[in-house]
Amino acid sequence: MKTVLLFAAVAGLILGTGFLQSWNSALLILNMGLISAVMALGVNLQWGLAGLFNVGIMGFVTLGGLAVVLISMPPVSAAWQAGGGGILLGLVLGAATIVAAVLFWARTSGKLRGWGTAGVLLVGMIIYRMVLDPSVEAVEAVDPALAGYLGGLGLPVLLAWPVGGLLAAGAAYVIGKTALGLRSDYLAIATLGIAEIVIAILKNEDWLARGVKNVIGLPRPVPYEVDLQNDPAFVERAAGFGLDGTTASTIYVKVEYGLLFAAVLIVLLVLSQLALKSPWGRMMRAIRDNETAARAMGKDVTARHLQVFVLGSAICGIAGAMMTTLDGQLTPGSYQPLRYTFLIWVMVIVGGSGNNLGAVLGGFLIWFLWVQVEPIGHMLMSLITAGMTDGSWLKAHLLDSVQHMRLLTMGIILLLVLRLYPRGLLPER
Amino acid sequence: MDLLNGFVALANFVLIPAIAYGSQLALGALGVTLIYGILRFSNFAHGDTMAVGTMVTVLATWGLQAMGVSFGPLPTALLAIPIGILGATALVLLTDKYVYKFYRAQKAKPVILVIVSMGVMFIYNGLTRIIIGPDDYRFADGERFVISARTFRDMTGLEEGLALRTTQVITVVTAIAVVAALFWFLNKTRTGKSMRAFSDNEDLALLSGINPERVVLVTWLIVASLATVAGVLYGLDKSFKAFTYFQLLLPIFAAAIVGGLGNPLGAIAGGFVIAFSEVGITYAWKKVLTYVLPPALEPDGLVQILSTEYKFAVSFVILVIVLLFRPTGLFRGKSL
Repeated sequence: MKTVLLFAAVAGLILGTGFLQSWNSALLILNMGLISAVMALGVNLQWGLAGLFNVGIMGFVTLGGLAVVLISMPPVSAAWQAGGGGILLGLVLGAATIVAAVLFWARTSGKLRGWGTAGVLLVGMIIYRMVLDPSVEAVEAVDPALAGYLGGLGLPVLLAWPVGGLLAAGAAYVIGKTALGLRSDYLAIATLGIAEIVIAILKNEDWLARGVKNVIGLPRPVPYEVDLQNDPAFVERAAGFGLDGTTASTIYVKVEYGLLFAAVLIVLLVLSQLALKSPWGRMMRAIRDNETAARAMGKDVTARHLQVFVLGSAICGIAGAMMTTLDGQLTPGSYQPLRYTFLIWVMVIVGGSGNNLGAVLGGFLIWFLWVQVEPIGHMLMSLITAGMTDGSWLKAHLLDSVQHMRLLTMGIILLLVLRLYPRGLLPER
Repeated sequence: MDLLNGFVALANFVLIPAIAYGSQLALGALGVTLIYGILRFSNFAHGDTMAVGTMVTVLATWGLQAMGVSFGPLPTALLAIPIGILGATALVLLTDKYVYKFYRAQKAKPVILVIVSMGVMFIYNGLTRIIIGPDDYRFADGERFVISARTFRDMTGLEEGLALRTTQVITVVTAIAVVAALFWFLNKTRTGKSMRAFSDNEDLALLSGINPERVVLVTWLIVASLATVAGVLYGLDKSFKAFTYFQLLLPIFAAAIVGGLGNPLGAIAGGFVIAFSEVGITYAWKKVLTYVLPPALEPDGLVQILSTEYKFAVSFVILVIVLLFRPTGLFRGKSL
């Protein structure tokens, strides 16, 4: 009952935006809300179900975005000819170096071990750089204003969503293998670090996804507004609803995105609910609540943690791919941990950790507030500063500061919910 | 002669910057490690505590400058640090009273406190951006160099110059003074000893009549001061920007963990390990190698292992290596 009421309230908020502001902004909030809900679902799987503290969500989201570029953009054949093979060979050599170093470490012992491993790494690194660097230079020299990267595979963009999940899952596997099983704080710092590294790689490796020059004009799974406006049949139908072609086309595109996202969310939600209620879900909660007891019952805690960590991160990757598809561009410079990691945490905590519906609710509610705090804050500040003389220093400063209000608001919301509803708006049953 | 030139280049581009950066990280990591040792949680708001303290200092510096006060060849900000410490202390004590105390009384799990500190981080970050704004501010004034590269060249007749910036000297001197004072306090005074006892064994400390609220209060006082000093030194050396301070969280945590969480000596060692690896791995070694190696072996490329953008990757890799081979850190962690 409470669930229905709260969801109705959030729906009311979004509908209210539609009536008061515009349907376009309401749909925009709804679409990003759907994506946020998917991310929150992934984090809830890790935190709510297994108690894993992942603060590297941003990294997995970004990897999802990278998948969109790698899958959907057409390949740049000139770049492939210039250095594609060299880059692939270089990457293989780099991976081989790490494998060789690990093998060397495992097979040897005694004094030679440390120096030998270091030597293997050093020699491998030099060969790797010697192969990779010229190819990278060649690729980045190919039409740098428009391309300068290898491009993607030119496949349908929807395929990028599962691939984004796979990329994120692969990264999560590597991190989980090293950091899980250590203390929980260490996992937190390790994930925080890996997220920064993913961003650094995307910003710097221009051959991969153009770095800070951004990849724009990603293919879309839905029609373009311009095409719709030029389609007489569509304009006619829009006129039937009493809408002009431009508004109708923007709304139509957003609704179609919304349906796609909603389909993903519903599938993932159903799967999560089934998982939660299955023996597997009960086992996960048992491990979360008492690790030692679960271990004594013969459960492989570390392996289960790795499993759920990979699954949750994959969901974040899917959400990241969806978001980049919606944006139509990949801009590594715009990823910030406060927005893409800690805000998702606020969603999960506020919604109710351990409750999938709660996470979804938190996703919608917090995203709505994140967007609307600014206009509301602006109104408040205008009211407060109404008595001040125009052009006064303080008034300008106060009005200017409104754009930073959302961070403060999110912090206060998180602290209030933690204090008053420590288990979230929709507690775990 | 070439060897000497090589060494000067090394000192100029690697040793001196890394020592200054390491001191800043060490002071930051000391704050993290103290909170971990006594309040028993990883404080995600530490970077933003540094930002708040520095912000108050910057504002006070501007005030002093407007009044025409200056500190001669030294930056005015040094005079303003006490005000910054006051500001940061007031804020963390208020936070403790209205936020953390509730969870302490409940004996909440550490991870809950970590999430609470995430909320605090949002609030501090928002406050900083609302009050001073998100831009880059330089507030260092006074004499820029103790020795400039040209003076050094003229003095020694070497090809390479060695620039020693005032801020670097101040950083190291201040860091040594602060660390010495801290260790004196922890080892010699009654309050310091009670803090160490509390960190070692809370129950035993309570049993022997140590007032936990007093220990917590003193801890916050020290942490706010350390954070402000670290933040101001970093800001003097580079510049003040809210977002950069938030990002410092990663190297600072890496330093604290590498040294062993909860161990102050470890925090200092960790700070320098992280700083030297960051600077060393992202520095283009061509210049130094050209001097040191015989001409036949002179390198063609820059001999830069990773570009400077990857400095976070370095702290991370060091962290992972230490965690894999010595999970408690270089110095055994978890006690003061």
